[in-house]
Order: sequence, then C-alpha cells, then structure tokens
Amino acid sequence: MAEKVVNIEMINPENLVYQKTKVLNDNVMHYCPGCGHGTAHRIIAEVIEEMDIQSEIIGIAPVGCSVLMYNYFNVDMQEAAHGRAPAVATAVKRLWPDKFVFTYQGDGDLAAIGTAETIHACNRGENITMFFINNGIYGMTGGQMAPTTLEGMRSSTSPYGRDISMMGNPLKMTELVAQLPGTCYVTRQAVHTPSNVRKTKKAVRKALEYQQKNMGTSFIEIVSNCNSGWKMAPVESNNWMVENMFPFFPLGDIKVPDEE
Amino acid sequence: MEEYKLMKGNEAIAEAAIRAGTDGYFGYPITPQSEVMEYLMAEKPHERTGMVVLQAESEVASINMLYGGAAAGKKVFTSSSSPGISLMQEGISYIAGAELPCLIVNVARGGPGLGTIQPGQADYFQATKGGGHGDYNLIVLAPASVQEMADFVSLSYDLAFKYRNPVMILSDGAIGQMMEKVKFKEQEPRMKTHPDWATVGKPADRGPNIITSLDLDPARQERFNNKLQEKYKKIREEEILFEEIDCNDADYVFVAYGTSARICQKSLQLAREEGIKVGLFRPITLWPFPYEQIIRLSKKTKGMLSVELSAGQMVEDVRLAVEGKIKVEHYGRMGGMIPTPEEIVLALKKQIIGG
Ligand SMILES: Cc1ncc(C[n+]2csc(CCOP(=O)(O)OP(=O)(O)O)c2C)c(N)n1
Repeated sequence: MAEKVVNIEMINPENLVYQKTKVLNDNVMHYCPGCGHGTAHRIIAEVIEEMDIQSEIIGIAPVGCSVLMYNYFNVDMQEAAHGRAPAVATAVKRLWPDKFVFTYQGDGDLAAIGTAETIHACNRGENITMFFINNGIYGMTGGQMAPTTLEGMRSSTSPYGRDISMMGNPLKMTELVAQLPGTCYVTRQAVHTPSNVRKTKKAVRKALEYQQKNMGTSFIEIVSNCNSGWKMAPVESNNWMVENMFPFFPLGDIKVPDEE
Repeated sequence: MEEYKLMKGNEAIAEAAIRAGTDGYFGYPITPQSEVMEYLMAEKPHERTGMVVLQAESEVASINMLYGGAAAGKKVFTSSSSPGISLMQEGISYIAGAELPCLIVNVARGGPGLGTIQPGQADYFQATKGGGHGDYNLIVLAPASVQEMADFVSLSYDLAFKYRNPVMILSDGAIGQMMEKVKFKEQEPRMKTHPDWATVGKPADRGPNIITSLDLDPARQERFNNKLQEKYKKIREEEILFEEIDCNDADYVFVAYGTSARICQKSLQLAREEGIKVGLFRPITLWPFPYEQIIRLSKKTKGMLSVELSAGQMVEDVRLAVEGKIKVEHYGRMGGMIPTPEEIVLALKKQIIGG
C-alpha cells in the first residue's frame, strides 16, 4: 500500500476555494457513479443557498431514480406519486403563494405517466419551477423504454432498438410546453462538462427568479446520461449523449420572457 | 341566531366547507356532485375567507393536489362520484401512507363502469375495505340528510387532524341532489398555525420536514405498518357513531345507512302499523363499523335485513358481527333504482320473518 500523502497546503482554510453547499446534507447519494442526478441536485441546492431561500422553498420529488432526493436536500420536501409532482406542486404553491415551489422529475414521470399533470400545470401557468431530467430511459425500474428513448436506441423493452412503427416516436416535451402560454421560461441544458454546469446553474437561478416575480411556469430540461441503463461506462455514455441525444434534444433556450 | 337555508346536499357540503375554514378545494366535475364546485365558484370563497378553489384536469390531479395541500399543513378537501373516486385510489393510498389529514367526498352513483348518474351505495367495499393498495383505512362517514352533509364536514376535519388520516364522506346521489333545510355553524377562521410536521419551508431551527410514504427497509416499513394499525385500533375503539330508531322493543331490525336508512324509516312505520315490531340501526361511521353495537342488538332480535342500494356489501359486515346467531339477509336495488318502503317491508316478511 502506498503511503497516503496529504497536502497540508490544500486543506488550509485560506486555500479552500470550493465548499459543498449547506443545502445538501452529508448523506452518501445512492446514484450510480457517473449519473447526472447528483450534479443536478448540487446545482439546484447551490442556487437555493446563493439566493438565500432555503427557509422559503418546498420541493416535490418524483418516483424514479431521484425518488429519494429528499434524503439529500436540506429543505422541506414531499414525495409525490409517479407523475403527479406538478399537481402536488400546484396545490402547495396556490396555498403558499409566497413560498418557492419546485418539482424534479424524470422523463417517464414527467413525459409519460404524468403528461396530463405536466401540460396542465404549465398551461395554467402555475408559478412553480419544474426540473426535467431527461436520460432517455426508465433508470429506476431497470432500463425500460421511455417516452424520450431515441429511435433505434436499445432498452430492456426495446431490446432491438426503438422501432418507431411499432413503439411510436420519442416525445419532445420541452418544445411542447414551450408552446403553452403559461410557461415563461423554457430551456434545455446539460451537466456533463464544467461549462454546461455553469450554464445550467444560470438557468436555474433565472427560473427561480422568474418564480419570485410570479411570471408563470419556468421549465428546465436537463439532458442527462444513464450510464448503467445505457450499459456504458460514464465517459462513454456522456460521449454517446453528445453524439446522439443532443442532435434530437438540442441544448439552449426555447422560450425566454419578453423582458429579455 | 337561527339561520336556516334550503339547499341541496351538495351545496350544503360546499357551504359547510367554507365555514369550517377550509383552505383549498380541488375537484373535477362529475354528476351527481358537480354542485359542490359550482357552489364554491359562485360563492367566491377566495373573497369570503381566502380559500383556494381549483378545477383540476382530472380526479388523478385533484387527489394529488389534495396530497400536496395536506402535506403543506392546510385544510383541504375534494369531492367526486364513483368513477372519479376509483380514479383517485392510488392517491388516497399515498395520502393514507403519508398520514395526511384531508376530506374526500363521494356522492356515489350506480356502477360498475360508467354505470348511471342515479344514486348508488355500491362503493361500500371500496370505501371501507381499502379501495387502493396496501393496509390502510379511511374513516368513513355516511350522512343521511342535508343537515348531516353539512355537519359532517367539520367532524371530518376534526377526525382527520386528530388522527392524521384521510376521512371520506360516503354519500349518494339522492342526498347530494335533494333539498332540505339546513342550519350552518358560524364561520370558523382559517388555521393560522400549521402542524409541526408540515412542509412549509424549513426554518433554520429545525431539520427538513419530509412527507413520504416510501421506506425501502422492510423492517422499518413493517414497524410503520404496525404503527398505522395501532392508530386504526384506537379509531375503532373511540370513534364509532351510529343511530338506533325503535330498536328497544324490536323483533326485527333494518340495518341501513344514507338514503336506504331514510327509506327504511318509512318501512319501519308501515311494518309497525301492521303490528310487526321493527327497528332501524343506522351505522354513521361505516369504518370503523359498529360491530359491537350490532352484536348487542342481535341478542334481543330475531333477524336483520341489511338494506342497501347495492348487490349486498354492508351485509357482510352485519353477518360478521352476528356470527350466524340470527338470520341476516340483504335486500337492495341496483343501477340507480331505489326501493319503495312497501317493497322493503315485503322483503322483510319474505326473507326474514317467513323465511
Ligand atoms: C403508478 C406507477 N406505475 C409504475 C411505477 C414504476 N416506476 C417507478 S419509477 C418508473 C420510471 C422512472 O423513470 P424516469 O421517470 O425516467 O426516471 P429515472 O428513474 O430514469 O430517473 C416506473 C415506471 C410506479 N412506481 N408507479
């Protein structure tokens, strides 16, 4: 065994340039190494800390890989039934209009079983912020086909690749909700590189600021990998995401408020 | 100050809910209960008390809105009728599993399927034996008048918050639609403080409040289930409500709730005019069911006829109570048909007295 070398310089307080946000606790996350959920959590938590709204925010967790996200966030949270987070959030926000409310959902949750709740919350223009983690697959239940699974993409229920004639088309929910008058800000981001992390963080901040101004639904899709579901190593899955997911789910703002 | 109003049962529920200090209503139209939301919208409770009223996109959405509102510490209710209540079952199970207080009103109609818009009592099993998945119980109240439709709203909230448990008012299309005079309580203020478990935003001086029904650890999940069962046991011991009419000298007893109980009251008179001593036992809480009271009654009577607008659901609980010691039969109509009082007396004679 090599001797452990500790660089004392590095842990001197004056040399610490990065600290984990207090809005996340120290519980070990259950996510697969390489998965985007953890990074997305951190970004949201950092923005909550930076905006100093920890005591005023209520989060709604989905059913999916991030079902246990309330184990990591130091904020009040509710765990919704599969797909129903936008309905749950609607009530919380209407009953507590001065608080911040956000949902966090996967593609199966938001764009399959919860399609009606998603569309109607966005169409009513509920003053909530919705985070949509699109990994093109049902991670939690073992890699089945999702509404966002690409044509030809393999999953445990499309083992020979998604055949459009048989299984239908992948759904661009984000473009769809951008059409609705109730949404004020709709954007698609990713978290696989430091520069994308920075962009996503800016988007999260904007979304919560729009909520503060009661501008309607702010909606952020985060295109993510699912290395275990896709059966790839983490780096390989990120490369695959760039090459295959981004052309179909292009990154960038889809709808921004008029004031900009 | 006496203040009587002439109102439909559905409207009475809505008015009583405003006065009980309800914070939010979430619902989806369905006959025969649509007057609940119509009345609320017309009354502008957001101006009267600040209450939120929202027409949801479906009953799936409304029950999950109820989950959110209840988890955020608010007094919330929804109403629907049979098919809509079926659609809510997953959400109701989550609400029971997360131990959230709220009120669900079922103004039941005949089924199965789309069935009919006429009254029915065929949702008894669904309401009292689970309905959704898992070992849980709703507290179920069965009003038999417009006045009780109104009175049971605040009673439901009291029970819901006392036990952190969803409460259902199981009514039917006849009571929802009929008009009677009703007296309301004074306006109660909306809650100013909220339960300490509610998700209202985490202040610096406590840890996060988490509302969930998930626990992947089997030992902990079993412990939680045991805790739920303890709660249900306490409710069974303490919250049973019922009414007895002319049971003291009765040889025979009608067991009926809601609309059926009202018809049986007339049947009872008709039978007594013929010299048959009949009483009426009316369970008011369908869960917890008044087993003990029925056992006691069975010791001094010769037979019981359970009268329901169904193929015979509550009769199973009556039979469970009397354990075969006296004769128990069911008489009912289905599909929205309502029996006449004479028909019920005839059934008593044929199935219980002569049988
Ligand atoms: C009513 C219901 N149907 C099905 C399931 C099973 N289920 C749990 S998570 C899930 C899919 C999750 O996929 P996604 O939303 O894409 O999130 P991910 O796990 O990929 O993060 C399914 C089908 C459930 N819990 N409830």
